[in-house]
Amino acid sequence: MTTDTREIGWTRDEMARRVAIDIPNGAYVNLGIGIPELVARFVPQGRTLVYHTENGLLGMGPSPEKDKADPELINAGKRHVTALPGAAYFHHADSFAMIRGGHIDLSVLGAMQVACNGDLANWSTGEPDAIPAVGGAMDLVAGVKSVYVITQHCTKNNEPKLVERCTYPLTGRSVVNRIYTELAVIDVTPAGFALVELCPGVDLEYVRSRTGAPLLAR
Amino acid sequence: MIDKSVPGPAAAVADIRDGASVMIGGFGEAGSPIELIHALIDQGARGLTVISNNTGSGEVGLAALLKAERVSKVICSFPRTANSTVFPDLYRRGKVELELVPQGTLAERIRAGGAGIPAFYTPAAVGTPLAEGKESRVLEGKEYLLEHWLRADFALIKGRCADTHGNVVYNKTARNFGPIMAMAAKVTIVQVNSVVDPGGIDPEVVVTPGIFVDRVVEVPAPQHESELVAAGAVYP
Repeated sequence: MTTDTREIGWTRDEMARRVAIDIPNGAYVNLGIGIPELVARFVPQGRTLVYHTENGLLGMGPSPEKDKADPELINAGKRHVTALPGAAYFHHADSFAMIRGGHIDLSVLGAMQVACNGDLANWSTGEPDAIPAVGGAMDLVAGVKSVYVITQHCTKNNEPKLVERCTYPLTGRSVVNRIYTELAVIDVTPAGFALVELCPGVDLEYVRSRTGAPLLAR
Repeated sequence: MIDKSVPGPAAAVADIRDGASVMIGGFGEAGSPIELIHALIDQGARGLTVISNNTGSGEVGLAALLKAERVSKVICSFPRTANSTVFPDLYRRGKVELELVPQGTLAERIRAGGAGIPAFYTPAAVGTPLAEGKESRVLEGKEYLLEHWLRADFALIKGRCADTHGNVVYNKTARNFGPIMAMAAKVTIVQVNSVVDPGGIDPEVVVTPGIFVDRVVEVPAPQHESELVAAGAVYP
């Protein structure tokens, strides 16, 4: 996990905390690999959230101290985690029945591109020499009730990740409900991208200048 | 008397022939049956089709089986991980075929194989490149893809404890694909830290009933992939 060095906007931790604020008490939540993993650190006071990891654990807790790590207790990103009181282990078919069967309330995923109709691309650049790897992303977006994306607003080359139409291979069609970037919280609505909240100190025109599709004001 | 225990990993994998399909349990290193995989490398079978979620790391375990060029095809959801160089290299050189499957579809295809369901419809991958060439159908107002079962000649999995009837319990997230692979293979081979007599496992906590298991092998102190990779180990 690298530290965010951009001058404007929320840090990665602040983005993760902003996601956590929107998760209701008692929700069953799947966290994807990368920035989404950070969300587990920020459970708002008074709430109990149950984190699901697709490799067979409900009730995932934070990383253990180094000397307490168990190589057979890991998350989807293959990092060491813990099991909280009330946790349960299960096999992969049960885990994806939870996902595909609509039992998981929310999935928080990373993205390469999100289109204004909710299309998500987050598994492949489609380059010929890339090693294709999909993991559980396509099952998650097809089955989980709500999908939140947490991502930097633009790529390292300053290309918008929020676009009219994804140019990378899709993970799913019209699946994203809400996007959290370092600049703003944005909903995907039938009319396209719609601003929910700006990061303090960031103005709407700046966000629009870095977004590849129209962004409706509140 | 039923006694499914065999004396060691070498005896357990001795009859895996060239061209066999082999399911290998594990998600990353958790649940990867390293000792059984190493015994398979020693045994020498080639042209294998491997069904596994990942493709291993470093040059031990599953990655070592690939490195030894014993595998002609991999059916997999995520063929790269940190420290994973063997598969990407073989794939780019055209030395191994890849069938990429969404992880939940992979799990359900294996479960279906074990449950006698030849095909099923799933919403995963609709509208994506992985749907190309697949039959689709609108059911209950939504589009689904037809997916076929996966079965295999052998399954190599890792549990924590088994009894001699083949009842198995697992360790934490090392359970992952083990229980469904045990159901979907003609011959299921399980390595466990300890083999106990019947009665040694409470029937209420059995995860994989012994009917799905053919051989159990005691490996009292199994190695961990990440520790081997960190130590720079290379197998053989």
